[in-house]
Amino acid sequence: MTTDKFVLVNGQEVPIEGEKNLLELIRKAGIEIPTLCYHPKLSVYGACRLCVVEIEGRGIQTSCSTEPEPGMKIKTHTPALRNIRKVAVELFLANHKVECPTCDQMGNCKLEEIARKLGVNEVRFKKKKDFRPADTGSVAIYRDPDKCVLCGQCVRYCKEIHGIGAIDFAFRGKDTYVTPAFDRSVGDGECVNCGQCAAVCPVGAIVVKKHISPVQKALDDKTKTVVVHMAPAVRIGIGEEFGLVAGPETTGKMVAALRKLGFDKVYDTVYAADLTIMEEGTEFVNRLTKGGVLPQFTSCCPGWIKFIEEYYPELLPNLSSCKSPQQMMGAVMRELLPEQLGVKNEDLFVVSVMPCTAKKFEIRRPEFEYTKGKRDTDEVITVQELARMIKGSGIDFANLKPEEFDMPLGDKTGAGVIFGVTGGVTEAALRFAVEKVTGKVIDAKDLDYKAVRGSEGLLEATLDVEGTKLRIAIVHGLSNAHTVCKELLNGEVKYDFIEVMTCPGGCINGGGQPIDFNQAAKIERRTKQIYEADKNMPRRKSQDNPAVIATYEKLLKEPCGEKSHHLLHTHYYKRNF
Amino acid sequence: MTGQTDAKLEQVCKIIEKHHSDGSKLIPILQEIQEVYRYLPEEVIDFTARKLKVPAAQVYGVATFYSHFALTPKGKYLVKVCNGTACHVKKSIPVLNAIVEKLKLSEGKMTTDDLLFTVETVSCLGACGLAPVLVINEDVHGMMTPTKAVAEIDKILAQEAAK
Repeated sequence: MTTDKFVLVNGQEVPIEGEKNLLELIRKAGIEIPTLCYHPKLSVYGACRLCVVEIEGRGIQTSCSTEPEPGMKIKTHTPALRNIRKVAVELFLANHKVECPTCDQMGNCKLEEIARKLGVNEVRFKKKKDFRPADTGSVAIYRDPDKCVLCGQCVRYCKEIHGIGAIDFAFRGKDTYVTPAFDRSVGDGECVNCGQCAAVCPVGAIVVKKHISPVQKALDDKTKTVVVHMAPAVRIGIGEEFGLVAGPETTGKMVAALRKLGFDKVYDTVYAADLTIMEEGTEFVNRLTKGGVLPQFTSCCPGWIKFIEEYYPELLPNLSSCKSPQQMMGAVMRELLPEQLGVKNEDLFVVSVMPCTAKKFEIRRPEFEYTKGKRDTDEVITVQELARMIKGSGIDFANLKPEEFDMPLGDKTGAGVIFGVTGGVTEAALRFAVEKVTGKVIDAKDLDYKAVRGSEGLLEATLDVEGTKLRIAIVHGLSNAHTVCKELLNGEVKYDFIEVMTCPGGCINGGGQPIDFNQAAKIERRTKQIYEADKNMPRRKSQDNPAVIATYEKLLKEPCGEKSHHLLHTHYYKRNF
Repeated sequence: MTGQTDAKLEQVCKIIEKHHSDGSKLIPILQEIQEVYRYLPEEVIDFTARKLKVPAAQVYGVATFYSHFALTPKGKYLVKVCNGTACHVKKSIPVLNAIVEKLKLSEGKMTTDDLLFTVETVSCLGACGLAPVLVINEDVHGMMTPTKAVAEIDKILAQEAAK
């Protein structure tokens, strides 16, 4: 877009190209303005006061809440502004529990970074003494209100992006803090454990709950056989922790690192994603051809599962009965590995590496107990935790020689890989269902279903499969799920297949991924990388996965058959909160 | 007791219905509910949140933001001592202290154990001509002194004892 409308920023002409506020325009010009409370996808809050600029004729204003107007003359780094920012940061620090070396956010803390950049080397204000207990009751996140800077990003994210609002500001003035109702634990309420509040928190007030210790304990226990598998999106995220770009090299290095950490076998959740497609695709074709309940909702996202249980229990019959890939993997491992590895199930410790904090909740669901007291999956660590384990074990990740996954449960196809991005499950399902319905092999060049790719929060596509029109909706961000569910219940829309992912962008932007405060950039980058990973796979359809084929021959017999039903499917129930 | 609880909850339902379960009417709804219970019980806040489809955390946020709302039971008689500028200058604090002493209250404990009285200070009641002012439930008492204030309390205590 060309325009003759400019704002003069520090004497430099910057064109107005639809920016909704001055801050965006200034950043476009390559000038960095510190902020703690601004998030481009959320409503403007204007609380941190760090983004102040001087506007000629108007004085000092917050740039996040000021619309650019042609002819505006602004300055971004005058002595007065520097002073305001410094004082603001000092006030934040006076209110903040400063315990940096032991803080989980260490290294990713925006307050620390801003304080350093602004040269804040003393805090002249009296420290706040208030002490509020940390919220340790959630398996997904850990909250420490004493570190909170009241930027409200978590509150707005949960409310605006997900339509949930599990946490909010309570009390007033100096007593304000962020909390669920009545100081209950966030783990006891409607929170779906997506971890996005931790992903946007600029300080260590909300962080991913770490489960490194139990995993390390199992690794150190010589009586245990510890196996690990990692989700599609993990290979996309992990390199960022070590300054590497995602790709086969980085994935291979991660496999090598996991072996160095002491894991006995390194498998791939993508195998189970392929298995999911066989089951979920068959379930869909069955519903379609035998008059089952439609639309069919995907069931691989544990945040979404909890959401539908809480808000739309009447739509539970629409939910695919398939377990998530993580849970299928656990169930298959418990079934196959004792014989394959010559180990008793009690001594088999199953760890999954996930981009997701809700997976920590999922493994603890009562549905996923293998035998009494023993779960399908023993522990989940996120990409953040894996990176920490690697760094803490003296492993020089960047210089590791790439290694291969263990077989057969490390075999995979591109269809399973794209599970990690919004639209990916749908595309993978199409690659299976279209062949199944038409009985014809899809040509390799036709495997990209571009219609189901895109970043819109609610994407609709209609696909013609030999005269049958498939109506598809792809949803990410649970506010969009609210919209679709309400429209379905009101009979305003008709679909055959609906994919729902809690996190915007899908698992590549999961709450357990490496911290990157630029959401738009990280989603775009990781989306590209995951489609690239699919493209480079020799096999790109789940039904072509040799390990999956072998599993059906040896164990399951047929998709959605009796054995599958027992091992790979489940039921979810209405949940009160 | 259960019957009484149900009756009160029924009133809550009526209040919510009257406001068409409209979440944007949260404040008037909470005000009316507080009139029923004389405070906002936790389970009633949860119930209201679900009915209005407003997150409980948000309702809690509103209920804790405004000092008008109480999360612990208030007494049958709500004694508001005005401490606006005019009342303050006209010695409202001794009035407050006299009441607090009379009712054996302290900072942080402003409701009597028998739930008969709750004492609050307010910033201005808009009756500066009568300063210092005391409001007990709906009744305004102007030109207060510590002695007069305690007399009002005694009057209520006598009434209650006669019941």
